[in-house]
Order: sequence, then structure tokens, then C-alpha cells
Amino acid sequence: MNGNGKKLPGSLAKDARIASWVAIEADGTVTVRTGKVEIGQGIRTAVAMIAAEELDVAMARIRVVSGITGEVVDEGVTSGSGSMEQTGRALRQVTAEARAALMAKAAAHLGVDAATLEVEDGTVRSPATNSQVTYWELQGGQAFVGEATGAVAPKDPASYTLVGKRMVEIDAVAKVTGGAAFIHDLAMDGLVHGRVVRPPSQGAKLLSVDAAAARRLEGVIEVVESGSFLGIVATDEWQAIKARDALALSAQWEESARLPDEDNISAWLIDNESAAHPVIDGTPQDAPVSAIAVPEGAAKTLEASYTRPYHMHASLGPSAAVALFADGRLTVHSPSQGPYPLARALAGSLGLENDAITIIHVQGAGCYGHNGADDVSLDAALLAQAVPGRPVRLQWTRADEHLWEPYGPAMVVMTNASLDNDGKIIDWNLDLWSTTHQGRPRPTTATHSSLLADWYREPVRARPVAKPNFSNESGAHRNAWSTYDLPRQRVVSHFVAKTPLRTSSFRGLGNYANIFAIESFMDELAQAAGIDPLEFRLAHLGDERGRAVLNAAAEAIGWPPGGPGSGTGKGIAFNRYKNAKAYAAVAMEVEVNEENGEIIVKRAVVAGDAGQVVSADGLACQLEGGVIQAISWTLKERVRFGPQRVTSADWESYPILTFTEAPMVECILLNQPGLPYLGAGEGSQGPGGAALANAVFNATGVRLREIPFTPERVKRMMVAAGRGP
Amino acid sequence: MAETFNLRINGAARQVVGDPDMPLLYALRGPLGLLGAKYGCGSEQCGSCSVLLDGERAFSCKITLAQAAASDILTIEGIGTEGNLHPLQSAFMEEHAFQCGYCTPGLIVTAKALLDQNPDPDDAAIATALRDNLCRCGSHGRVIAAVKRAAKELAP
Repeated sequence: MNGNGKKLPGSLAKDARIASWVAIEADGTVTVRTGKVEIGQGIRTAVAMIAAEELDVAMARIRVVSGITGEVVDEGVTSGSGSMEQTGRALRQVTAEARAALMAKAAAHLGVDAATLEVEDGTVRSPATNSQVTYWELQGGQAFVGEATGAVAPKDPASYTLVGKRMVEIDAVAKVTGGAAFIHDLAMDGLVHGRVVRPPSQGAKLLSVDAAAARRLEGVIEVVESGSFLGIVATDEWQAIKARDALALSAQWEESARLPDEDNISAWLIDNESAAHPVIDGTPQDAPVSAIAVPEGAAKTLEASYTRPYHMHASLGPSAAVALFADGRLTVHSPSQGPYPLARALAGSLGLENDAITIIHVQGAGCYGHNGADDVSLDAALLAQAVPGRPVRLQWTRADEHLWEPYGPAMVVMTNASLDNDGKIIDWNLDLWSTTHQGRPRPTTATHSSLLADWYREPVRARPVAKPNFSNESGAHRNAWSTYDLPRQRVVSHFVAKTPLRTSSFRGLGNYANIFAIESFMDELAQAAGIDPLEFRLAHLGDERGRAVLNAAAEAIGWPPGGPGSGTGKGIAFNRYKNAKAYAAVAMEVEVNEENGEIIVKRAVVAGDAGQVVSADGLACQLEGGVIQAISWTLKERVRFGPQRVTSADWESYPILTFTEAPMVECILLNQPGLPYLGAGEGSQGPGGAALANAVFNATGVRLREIPFTPERVKRMMVAAGRGP
Repeated sequence: MAETFNLRINGAARQVVGDPDMPLLYALRGPLGLLGAKYGCGSEQCGSCSVLLDGERAFSCKITLAQAAASDILTIEGIGTEGNLHPLQSAFMEEHAFQCGYCTPGLIVTAKALLDQNPDPDDAAIATALRDNLCRCGSHGRVIAAVKRAAKELAP
């Protein structure tokens, strides 16, 4: 709220000062500040477009400052598809207010009525007096005074010249020419190189290591040994790699991890102790759970169980950070999604005051959730502490990232629903089982830390105890509450506190498993009712925007498909992300090889409604990329592990979709001029997985409920169903 | 023991002192200051480190300095620059063929080798040429469109 009691949009409610968000510089540029960071989702380009549009300046004049603690508003973590809703909506309003302030100044300067003024690229003209003045003359180098009030109306979308158009990413040139675009490319005077040696399995203790031998190696500046944490600093990168390898080879460990049976992870989730909470309208309640009761008038009752394995974010570039300790201050250049939360965690870990730490966000490779970005920042800080005054660049190895990033949790989702004689759903039940999805950095205490190295170095800190998440549309229960119009929903989240494998936020959280289950089950119910799957969905969906994306995807893929069993098939699926954000429907056409069980996705369509479109290409890339990533998760991916160790250490043991396997994806954007921006970055994975399962059913008559759909599994299912060789 | 190697990179003679068994990648990113080739896996599985050796794609994370010294080396920096973009580079921008962009230099380098040998590839030929390059953001279709666009641009 501001002083007038008017609610300000997005993160503007956290800090209404205009100067916190936008500045007119003396050199003819405009600085836009955001607490959200670039993770490949195109947020920097989108906010630049919004600011350029509202201020009437050329895109080339906009400089975006993002994710530097102390310089930008604390907008928490860049996650949950929240950037456009939080920082985008804030910047739209605050730049509109900045423009109004500039107009008032210009009117006074030119001695005319502000309403008569015109602006072109920051030059304000009075046609009546044929006079002009620029933003830079009026405000260059002076901070805006005052706060946004919410009283200024942003531009009428009908007059947009930039917002809604295709725009080349503002960092594109560096990316296509091999310029310094990433944290990995950061150059600094006196830069030295670090590497860490991680244990062979979780919780392993270091018994012995020949640090002295590593210290004698060429170029080695320092070997850091604290408890079971091992690191090395060397003059150049190759020396650091060789020293790391030597150190790793000499290290002896005592292993203690006991991992569940990977092939029976679903049974492990269900059989372990768990806390059951009813979910009402997307929010878990601390209340008793009711039993499933088949209602009167049920013509048919169906039930099914769906599972997903542990998945990894699998960033293409392993996590990296650059840290410098000097004069009692720590500066970390980090790809973290949450610069302020990371600073608070590091402060506790290192015994520093919050204001002695600066985090400067620099883009990493795409992260798709909580990967190694925060952990590598502590690693780099620990090495930097050992060589004060020298910036240490630490890059994880491929195996470090694969083995030590926090994974997306395995889940089981059981559904049960009844149909009446008209094929309408009259009762709906969904029970889900999962470990935590919340592992992001919290402030480190004397006893607990969320950062990896703290669990191994002295003083050893414990992982925070995982607790059930009672927030709306969060954690495992994200999108467990169905968007469809159902007379009754009984949704239960079974929270498993144990975390044999460390889990945290993975793109979409529970959405992927829940929508995979809900949208597969909708097809199963449609089949049972003898109704076309699209028609069945539309009969249970009054929301016009939801209906529109479904119809658009269906039309583009060519609906209806033929009857089941021809070897090729089409499937469709829908969700509204978090029941509050972007709408997305995905349709796919697949071919299933009955000889070897291989699924080929021939074509995919995604139709999305994210409110007012800002950066059309950026939005389309997020939706299309989400579909491709979901195909990869669903067809190929699972974290492999034995009784003690994770064994998915590289791309061979954790294969992802390749260029010869990825389909062309057609994207249809249903623009809603003037309606609020809706987060879309996690909108298409849930329906992506389900559309694939539904298409396979249409092609073969076989229903796949266990992810991933590997050829071996498909073949086994086909044989069990009496199909295939 | 470190030795001196005379390399031919992007048409220029460059001298590097380093271990003969050091992968070319660390010479590029270190003393040579060429940051386009990226470390992704260190084991020829992802293609982020791709360069061309005598026109053929090579994984600079594995090729050693000693091996590379015998060849003409082309990196993304030698394909085009900000003021003088290669059609592949402008096509990647025009088609918005990346999201995070970490795999982009490796893809452009690999696509360059393809177009030098096959100036008019179809979708399947492009996908096959890029099959050893990984992209995690899911820009595959746009990458293929970009390579086709560049092929048209380059056609005589």
C-alpha cells in the first residue's frame, strides 16, 4: 500500500521510490534496476522493453542493472515464473510515473501545459511553441525524488510501439560471437583458479588426503582442507585441474550413505512415514484427511497411479562463481537466482555481517531451478578466504554438477474419480507423495545450513530439517488442485520428511507430476466415458481463456486424431500454471515403434495465454523450450543411483534429448492487450509430459504412467497389452 | 613439462606455452583470451567447446595442445565479430535460436562445418550434424531454422 491506500503493482509495493527502479543518466542513457536476474528466460530484455515503451525512449538507451545487492530492490528469488508479475508490473508503473514527472518538469521548463507535449526518444517537444528539451537536460544524473503513487495511468496498450513485438535479446551479440557473456567468462586482474574435491557419496567423511603432495605441484597457491571439505587454488586453470585430480586421487573416504532402491522409489515414498494434509483450493491445511468415498450416482469409478523419478536440472555449463575477500569484505560474482537470500546465508556461514557481503549476479548457463549456483558461491568464498586479496574463479566439473546439484523430487500421484451416466465427473480425488521441494538458501545458523560445503567443513552444520509446505500453490502440491470445474475435489499431500537424495526447487515443482497425472487421468476418464478427450476437457472447463488455448492447440495439431492403435497418435493436455498464472495447452503427434518401443515425437504445438505479451519471442522461447524439456524429462531422464552412490555423473549416464530427437514446436500466443502479465516460464512442462503420454495412448492403446518412457518400458507395456512382437 | 607451441588460430599465428597434454580449451580460454568455446563436460559429450580443426569439428576439451598445433584452428571468434557478423550469427539472433546461450558458440561452429561441406542441408541433415551438441533450454527447432536461414543467406 502507498500513502493513499492504493495497492502498487508487483514489487513496487516493496519499495515505491522511483529512484530505486529507474534513473536518467547524464550520458543520454536510462538505467533500469531490477532485483530479478537473467537465467536465460529473457527478463532483462522484457524489462528493457517495458521501460522503453513507457518512457518513450529507444531500446538502445536502456541499461539494465540486475541482481546486485545494495543496488537493486530485494525481490527475493527469481523463481516460480514470478519475474514478469513482480518486477515487470512494478517497472511498468514506476516508469510511467517517471515519465509523468519528466513531463511536469518539461512543461515548467517550456512554459506550456504538460498535456500538449509530445515525446520521441527522450526529446520532449511542444508543437505549439516549437520548442523542445530532452530528458537528459531535465534530469540527467539527478535521481528522481519521491515515490510512485499508483495515480499515474500507464500507456494505453493500443498505442504500444514496442511491447508485444519480437525483440532480439539485449545480450545476444556477445552470445553469438563468443564474447564474455557468462560468469564463466569473467576476467579480473590477478584472477586465480579454484577447484573442489567432493566426496564419493553423500555424508562421506574424509579419512586422509595428501595435501602436502598437492601443494608441491606447479602453480598451486593453496590447498584448503577443513573437515571433509577439500579445495585447491592455483595460478592457472589447467594447474588447478591437475592439482584437483591429484588431491582427489589421494583422498580416502569413509562412506555411510544408504539410498533407497531406485527401481522401487514409488513404494519407498508411499511406505515411509509421511504427514498427510488436505489441500483446499491450492493450500494445504493442518487438518484431518477424509477417506475416499464413492458417491451415489457413480456409473464408473476409475483409479490410477502415476510416478516421476528424480530429475536433475542438468545445466549445460557447470556452476561457477568468482569470489574476492579483501579488507574484511566479501564480494561474490554469482549466478544465484537469489542474490539477497544468498548473501544472508553466506553471512551466517562465514561469520560476516550482511553488509560486509556483496553479491553481483552474473548469468550462468540456464538453471531451470535451484542447481549448484548457490553452493558454488560458498565454495568460491571458502577458497577466496584462504587467499585474501585475490579473486578466485571456481568452476565445478561436470561430475560435480551432476552428482551434487539438488534434484527434482521423485513423486507418486494417485487419482480416483467417478463419472455419472452422462460422462460428467461427480467426484475427484488426488493423493500425492513427495519429499521437499524447498532447499534454497536460508540464513545459516550455528547449527544448520542449506549450503553444501557447510555439511562437510568444520564446524559441520546439518541440513535444515525438511518441513511440510503450507503455502498456496507451492512445493509438491503446486497444481494438485485441479483447474477444472469439479463438483468436489479431495486433494491430499503426503509429505515425506526423509531426503535420501537432496531435493529442491526444480522447474515447475509439483506441477510437472501433478499435471502429468491429472491430464493423463482426464484422458483415461474420457476414454471410459466414450467421449473425445478434447470435448471431455471442454465439458469440464468454463474458463474462457483455458478453453481458448485448448482449442488453439487442437486446431493447430489437427484434431480429432484417429482411433487408438494405429502406431501414430495425437494427444493434448492443458494447465493453468499455479491456477493463477499463464494458461498453456500442448498437443503432440507421436509415432511409436512397436518393434523396439521407441517413441518419436514428430510435432508439437503449444498455445499460451500469458496476458499482455511483452517480448513475444522471449515468451515463445520459454513455452517452446518448456515443451522440449518436458519431452526430454518424460522420455529419457532419471537420476540413477545404487545403494550408496549416485551414478548419473555425466551425459551418458544421464542422457537428455538431442537434436535428432527434438521435434519442431509451433507456438501460438493468445495476446491479451492490457491484461496483467502472467508468468509463463513453467507453464508448458506439465501439459508437455501429459500430451506425450496421451499421444502414445492414442498411437498404441497403451497407457504409460511411469516416467521416463524408455524404449524398454514401452516395449514391456506393449507386450503386456498383447501388442508388439 | 611446459613447451612452446606455435598455433594457427583464426588465421593468425599465436604462441602458447603449456603442457603438451593440456586440452586446447584451456589455452583458448586462458592465455589466448578466446572465451567463446565453453567447458561443458570435458569428455566430448556436449559440444560446448567445439572448434574447427582444418574445417572439421573437434572437441577442444579433449584435443591436446600437441595435437592442435598441427592444424588450422577456427573458433567462434574467427567466424564473425560484432561489427561483422557471419550469416550464421545473425541468423541465430534473428531466429532467437537460444535462451541461455551457453551452447550457442559450439552450435554455430558445428553448423559452420556443416554448411562448408553441404551448403543446402535439409532439417534432418542439420539435426544429424548437431546431434553431438546438447542444448538444455530446448531451442532445437529454432537452431535448425537459423541454420537454414544462414544457408539461404550464404547461397550464391
